[in-house]
Amino acid sequence: MQSGLERATGEKMVLSFGPQHPATHGTLRIVLELDGESILKATPHAGYLHTGFEKLGEHLDYNQYIVVTDRMNYLSPLSNNFGYVLAVEQLLGIEVPKRCQYIRILMAELSRMADHLLWLGTAALDLGAFSVFLYSFREREKLYSIFEKTTGARLTTSYTRVGGVLRDLYQGCEEDIRQFITNFPKALKETHTLLTRNRIWMDRTKGVGPISGDDAIDYGLTGPCLRATGVAHDLRKAEPYSSYDEVTFDVPVGTNGDAYDRYLVRMEEMIQSCGIITQVLDNMPDGPVNLEDNKIMLPNKSDAYGHIEGLIHHFKVIMDGHGVEVPKGDHYCATESPNGELGFYIVSDGSGTGYRIRIRPPSFLHFQALPHMLEGGMVSDTVAVLGSLNVIAGELDR
Amino acid sequence: MNEEKEVEEQSKPLVLEKLEANHADTLLAQDESRGTVVVVVRKEQAYAVLEYLKTDPELAYTYLVDVTAVDNSQMESELIQFDYARFMVIYQLYSYQGQCRVRVKVPVHENDLSISSVTGLWRAANWLERETYDMFGIHFEGHPDLRRILMPDDFEGHPLRKDYPLQGRGERERFNFDKQNV
Repeated sequence: MQSGLERATGEKMVLSFGPQHPATHGTLRIVLELDGESILKATPHAGYLHTGFEKLGEHLDYNQYIVVTDRMNYLSPLSNNFGYVLAVEQLLGIEVPKRCQYIRILMAELSRMADHLLWLGTAALDLGAFSVFLYSFREREKLYSIFEKTTGARLTTSYTRVGGVLRDLYQGCEEDIRQFITNFPKALKETHTLLTRNRIWMDRTKGVGPISGDDAIDYGLTGPCLRATGVAHDLRKAEPYSSYDEVTFDVPVGTNGDAYDRYLVRMEEMIQSCGIITQVLDNMPDGPVNLEDNKIMLPNKSDAYGHIEGLIHHFKVIMDGHGVEVPKGDHYCATESPNGELGFYIVSDGSGTGYRIRIRPPSFLHFQALPHMLEGGMVSDTVAVLGSLNVIAGELDR
Repeated sequence: MNEEKEVEEQSKPLVLEKLEANHADTLLAQDESRGTVVVVVRKEQAYAVLEYLKTDPELAYTYLVDVTAVDNSQMESELIQFDYARFMVIYQLYSYQGQCRVRVKVPVHENDLSISSVTGLWRAANWLERETYDMFGIHFEGHPDLRRILMPDDFEGHPLRKDYPLQGRGERERFNFDKQNV
């Protein structure tokens, strides 16, 4: 079979893909140099959704900044909340109670599933599989109901706090989650029957946008995109944070690093997340949720309204210059977000506001590697490859 | 207890000892903070040290996690420690082989903002260095395509510098919609 480049005739055409293309799912742009249907050169452009999150980090205090983290990867805000407060807590040198760690894992895994489900729906929709979109959004809707009941919001969750979480799980949360994960494998099987051995889906994704393991490491790919190349690296295993060392799960890997393997890896990760959630629910410890240190953690609302100590602590934490004071120093903390390594590098000057907050987003490096996967392929592959990388513009540009 | 100490003593030198043996004259400071080795390296030899960290078969820091910078102009202690260098360029590296991290910091003075690009070592560095250039104005020598990445190409200033205000720099007045057919 001839590769795309061998069919080339020498006449060039430049096509601007985006920034408002329906398949970009956000504002990003790729300039494609085409010869007929073959891609000679692809140049990705970022920055359309630049919002200055890193600059804001130098002006908001540590708890206020949690609200900003919601808006980074807006498909899984709970994972961002988790990664950020973990970095602050490690810089503070504190560890939250076991129950809180478990709740955070629970929420992070549920949001991983929500992220993968949305990815699955839109990636399939881009390639014309409309039913999959409906099926995966049906499941995602159930997850969002759980998020809404737990955090009070569907998207802007802001669930974590430095030293704890907003509130404990609601009454009946466990039943809701158990019911969801009991039905979920069956629902995912429907998608498997629709896609996994589907002739069209396989033709559109198998061998499309491949990358080798060494190249993936060189380009800094992480998460499902790296694991699809066969590198079994997962930060939940390599550097177990929170209580991830107390749960068992497998790290699914692919072999070819193409769009099809990325699809399979994400599908299996959802099943593994189900396993983690079951273990977390079975072993959920009792006891306090939040850190019992009133210099760091906000008191309960009932305490703040009903007791003078609670009111004082509330004011102390909220007032500018009295809140959480983080010791001088710097720290890099990485978590395995649904897309890959989400890192927060925080420099503290000893005050209540970060001196510098750097976010290391997985999508930024994934989008950079796009030309490597596209060049030499066909123009219709652009949508398939871009979809398989799950580039989120909010996280890409921050 | 003794075992733990031994493990610590074994793991600590692996990066530091090798650097001390081969690049002792370039190390300005070293530290181990929260499980990560942190080294501060002279700018002139920064490329050599990073290349060594990547290519040495025992260390093999093949994954460049992040390149960024910090403007230390309001951080007195850092300024004093590193000869009033305003910027600190920061490289985060990870080794899949040793499953460990190292943070390399390079002080950069305001009067000479150039530093060798590491795009030849890691392809991931391309955009990360572009972002650092965009946000701080650090000039990466030998970078194949050093353009702004997040800000518009005609943007003036470097937003993450400490002297750049959060809002209100008069950008809005400079939009000249009436002069162009937009």
